[in-house]
Amino acid sequence: MGCSTNREGHFMNYVKLILLGGITLLAALAASWAHDLAYQIHALIIMVIAFVMFIRVLRNTDEPIIAAPTGIFEDGVIRAGVIATAFWGVTGFLVGTFIAFQLAFPSLNFDWAQPFGNFGRLRPLHTSAVIFAFGGNALIATSFYVVQRTSAVRLWGGNTAWFVFWGYQLFIVLAATGYLLGATQSKEYAEPEWYVDLWLTVVWLAYLAVFLGTIYKRKERHIYVANWFFLSFIITVAMLHVINNLSIPVSIWGSKSVQVFSGVQDAMTQWWYGHNAVGFFLTAGFLGMMYYFVPKQAGRPVYSYKLSIIHFWALIFLYIWAGPHHLHYTALPDWASTLGMVFSIILWMPSWGGMINGLMTLQGAWDKLRTDPIMRMFVLSLGFYGMSTFEGPMMSIRAVNSLSHYTDWTIGHVHSGALGWNGMITFACIYFLTPKLWGRQKMYSESAINWHFWLATLGIVLYAASMWVTGIMEGLMWREVDDQGFLVNSFADTVSAKFPMYVVRGLGGVLFLSGSLVMVWNMWMTIRGAKPATTSLPYAIPAE
Amino acid sequence: METYSLLREIADSWVLLGMFCFFIGAAIWAFLPSQNAARVDASMIPLRDSKDQKTCSGTCESCACSTPTLELKG
Repeated sequence: MGCSTNREGHFMNYVKLILLGGITLLAALAASWAHDLAYQIHALIIMVIAFVMFIRVLRNTDEPIIAAPTGIFEDGVIRAGVIATAFWGVTGFLVGTFIAFQLAFPSLNFDWAQPFGNFGRLRPLHTSAVIFAFGGNALIATSFYVVQRTSAVRLWGGNTAWFVFWGYQLFIVLAATGYLLGATQSKEYAEPEWYVDLWLTVVWLAYLAVFLGTIYKRKERHIYVANWFFLSFIITVAMLHVINNLSIPVSIWGSKSVQVFSGVQDAMTQWWYGHNAVGFFLTAGFLGMMYYFVPKQAGRPVYSYKLSIIHFWALIFLYIWAGPHHLHYTALPDWASTLGMVFSIILWMPSWGGMINGLMTLQGAWDKLRTDPIMRMFVLSLGFYGMSTFEGPMMSIRAVNSLSHYTDWTIGHVHSGALGWNGMITFACIYFLTPKLWGRQKMYSESAINWHFWLATLGIVLYAASMWVTGIMEGLMWREVDDQGFLVNSFADTVSAKFPMYVVRGLGGVLFLSGSLVMVWNMWMTIRGAKPATTSLPYAIPAE
Repeated sequence: METYSLLREIADSWVLLGMFCFFIGAAIWAFLPSQNAARVDASMIPLRDSKDQKTCSGTCESCACSTPTLELKG
């Protein structure tokens, strides 16, 4: 039997060699026939990767095959995911902080770095780095961790999980370099061009297969609610991604493509995608984390399993309709924007139901807020989840939207959700996972976690507060008319009035970024296995 | 009938009704008393990771890993 698997393994190696050789050759041709710089560089990147893999496979061919590890859990890919999350997080925050200062001080759009270093190209780099690279890696890593633990089996599909991890990193690299080199299809949060979209589709289907396969062979009778949220996130993102990226390349040797939809249909498809990217990527997926890690950290089951079922189905049925609220007062029919507004407001209920479910899980363990900085992060993230899911529905009301839309209020709203909810819960998960995955008792320094907590919190407060002030001021200035009916302010007037708030926002970013650097240092020390910075006090039992 | 009107007609009638019934059904199922034990069982899944299944009964006085006695609700 061992012989036949050996022969099979060798045969597979020859198939791999032919494929990788073919890809290398094709990428070389593509690089030479490329119509534009972005495509050319991408072809070169793929050529180099395929060639390196070719050499690697070649060196292992006809060597004895090492048996695949079959431990209870596959944690290697999760360790890699945790490191990638931290790396892309810091990168994304750094770019974000830099472009915040570019808005305050336009001379930071250096002449020597044009066109690659200007705001217009760095901005999608920032948004994709934090949402898809930081958030996406966090989701993949935690979902693989959670689905194994709650199914009590090893990940399905052997090395497919590694393909998902590295394939996703390649997607990130292609997307990010594409933005800098000017390849974009100009759809917000869906900027990558056609061949990058196709690659992501392949990777995502592999992700779905690994996740579903693991659930299918589970040893627990029930599918834990966290897995429902993760699964809905994976399936919906696949659907959104494919439909919003229906486009026809101008040439297969160039990055430019043309959208299949046009006009208002295109706008509606884009924001159906855009808002559900928020709803399923940044909400459902992260709620999957919440439903596992909060009970785990609190040492108690979730407050109400009933509520979690209602939370799930209500979120699924309502979120999908909320997109049109991005298109108030446009060519979109009134009924559609009213539909979007109404569903956004109803959405408030499941959102707060979920928040309450998470927070009340601490019932009887509230003392942990005092003693456990990781728990504090979870609770803060739930607080921000509640705050931004209250603010969002409010901003989707047409009358409020007429003031808030196109202003920095929107940017503030997005960041209170992204930094507060997604950021904080991811940091908490990293602090939970790092000692577990590397077999350490706990994080190297507890006080560093506290520093991170306060730096990040202060950063978010500075960010959100300055954006509220500047957004509402801007909205009011735009609509101000004199007694003759003329507009009082020019656009440039609002820009100069916003300067101080832009500086405050940038400083908020600096605080948030430094917090994440403290985290990276703490992770480094934990993984390296240094002794904890302080010996822990004897376990104190809180006074009842 | 053009495609838009046809799809609109279907979406506004049977599909809408079907989705509404599914949602109500899911909500009722979530509260079914007969499913109580199953809900409690499912909610305990994160707390019984195979790795955590040690000999700890969570009863020693100085225990830091204990799950305090819980009032289980479905």
